[in-house]
Amino acid sequence: MLSVTPDVLIDLPWGQLLVNGLALGSLYALTAFGIVLIYKTTQVITFAQGETAMFSTFVAFTLLTAFQLPFAVAFALTLLFAGLFGALIERVVLRRISTTTVLNPVIVTVGLSLILLGGAGWIWGYEIRTFPDPVVGPPFRFGTIVLSQLNALIFVVTLVLMTILFAFFRFSPTGIAMRAVAENRMAAQLMGISIGRMNALGWGMGTAMGAVTGMLIAPINYLDPSMMGDVALKAFAAAVVGGLTSLPGAVVGGLLLGIVDSVAGFEAPELRNSIAFALIVIVLVVRPAGLLGRRETKKV
Amino acid sequence: MRWLRTRRRVLAPYVLGAAVLLLIPPLLGGIPGVAPGYVLYLVSLALIYAIVAIGLGILIGHTGQISLGHAGFFAIGAYTSALLTLRLGLPFVLALVVAASLSAAIGFLLGLPALRLSGPYLAVATLGFGLAIPQLVVWQGSWTGGSSGLHGLPPASLPLGALTIVFRTDQDYYYLAAAVLILLTIFARNVVTSHTGRAFIAIRDSETAARAMGVDLVRYKTTAFALSALYAGIAGGLYAHVLHGISPEDFTVLLSVDFLTMIVLGGLGSVGGALSGALLLTFLQNALTRLPVVHDFKNLYIVVLGAILILTIAFLPRGLAGVARSVRLRWAARPRDGASRVDQIVELGEGSGV
Repeated sequence: MLSVTPDVLIDLPWGQLLVNGLALGSLYALTAFGIVLIYKTTQVITFAQGETAMFSTFVAFTLLTAFQLPFAVAFALTLLFAGLFGALIERVVLRRISTTTVLNPVIVTVGLSLILLGGAGWIWGYEIRTFPDPVVGPPFRFGTIVLSQLNALIFVVTLVLMTILFAFFRFSPTGIAMRAVAENRMAAQLMGISIGRMNALGWGMGTAMGAVTGMLIAPINYLDPSMMGDVALKAFAAAVVGGLTSLPGAVVGGLLLGIVDSVAGFEAPELRNSIAFALIVIVLVVRPAGLLGRRETKKV
Repeated sequence: MRWLRTRRRVLAPYVLGAAVLLLIPPLLGGIPGVAPGYVLYLVSLALIYAIVAIGLGILIGHTGQISLGHAGFFAIGAYTSALLTLRLGLPFVLALVVAASLSAAIGFLLGLPALRLSGPYLAVATLGFGLAIPQLVVWQGSWTGGSSGLHGLPPASLPLGALTIVFRTDQDYYYLAAAVLILLTIFARNVVTSHTGRAFIAIRDSETAARAMGVDLVRYKTTAFALSALYAGIAGGLYAHVLHGISPEDFTVLLSVDFLTMIVLGGLGSVGGALSGALLLTFLQNALTRLPVVHDFKNLYIVVLGAILILTIAFLPRGLAGVARSVRLRWAARPRDGASRVDQIVELGEGSGV
């Protein structure tokens, strides 16, 4: 790193790194979005987001290869599976856990991620598989910048999902109810909103978001039980940097981290995770609730 | 030596524990078909992990500050002690002291951002710390040995006046680990029952209330971090010498989760719990590798670990220590003639401390 001279710096393909970084950042943003969605509705930060996504991606893989379903059908079925899976996790595991201490949900979701990791290894094994590309064709070229079809798809999916979710939380009664639960659980309950149902819905939607991310990452990273490890860490960093209580914050944090990661990966590939960690600590020390997060006030 | 003083009333478990630890090697020698060296080596590892677990227990169980990155401190201790003895030829004891101090100092530094972070934010930050340490080791490969690690550490030695004890066999290292564990257990017990320990518990139960009572959050949170990092650093230094070598792969996130599982299983907020959780989990891990039906050990162990975490929190939120405590209370409250049941419970409650 120390050997970089000014003329090498000029040669860095900044435009290309930016585009790659934004594509990578979109994936971090989608994963972070799932984490924030679950945190906002249920007050639980899930350490199992990467593993539920990985598990869902394996389900998609089975649908695509063993059942030979077309991509769109497999995609839809996987989303459905992930949604039900997330809701089931909430019903069966998290609802039984006392949340009087913040440690309990952290410990339980760490346990959940281990079970899913080992379970996936058991069912599907550890060999690295190639996940079918959802899109094939020549990349788009803008001058010297190359944009692969997959990256283009990632941009489109991210934009579409963000728009849908924005509209959902803004206009639909269910979305407004979920926001109410996030805002004030007691008041929401008094207005007749079922907290349990909203929690299950939050988990279902968050897990389905994870499944989308998994299916978009698998063609790049290959498919194996540890495929989401790195991505989940970056998504955490993104969620924390953006502010765990802010959905737009997750997007900003994800894109920021994607760009940092892409440049760091070019300059010092061995240090990518360490740089992500340093970024979390710096942001948190300056702004403990993240860039766009709100400081939670605690009543005594 | 004030910190290692014990009252005669609470001395009994330590004497018993020390006697058991002392008797294990001769007893193992008596069992036919068992290689005592290898078993002692495994037990030594369990004792070393128990040291980390006790330190982590002070941080998580007593102070309520989570860490998912204690393998990082363990690695710092192991690498510092290995590098100092191997590259600079420093004596083992001095290297261990430096390793422990460095780990504690870094723990103190990590405690500083922890002042502003709570719960999940802290979990993520410490997770990142634990991931970053092995990465930095690989990055600085020219003097840390990179991903192939450091090997061929000189045997540990302990100068006692004119006499110098050199640790060579697995049994020697076993006694070393057992002695350090006993000292650190007494020290931990004394810390958590001192005013420092009460400040930790006050912070865990409510930071606001603790502050209102005059507990200095900056001082005690950083102390808790430094203390638990000190334990992990000492354990890391011992680990490097018991194994005679280390590599970055020894210090994964899974190891941090192992440490967490040990104290959750044993019971948060209990020194004895951390100790028993560590011993139990290490033996379980070894028993699982030996199951003849298991072809896929790694998956089985990961699933079992996850299941232990979830089931303990769901059904035994106070862990094994909680079970032991309720058994003790039931036993004390059994119908006896003479004193009433209430008196007996009160009497026991006073003696049980933290």
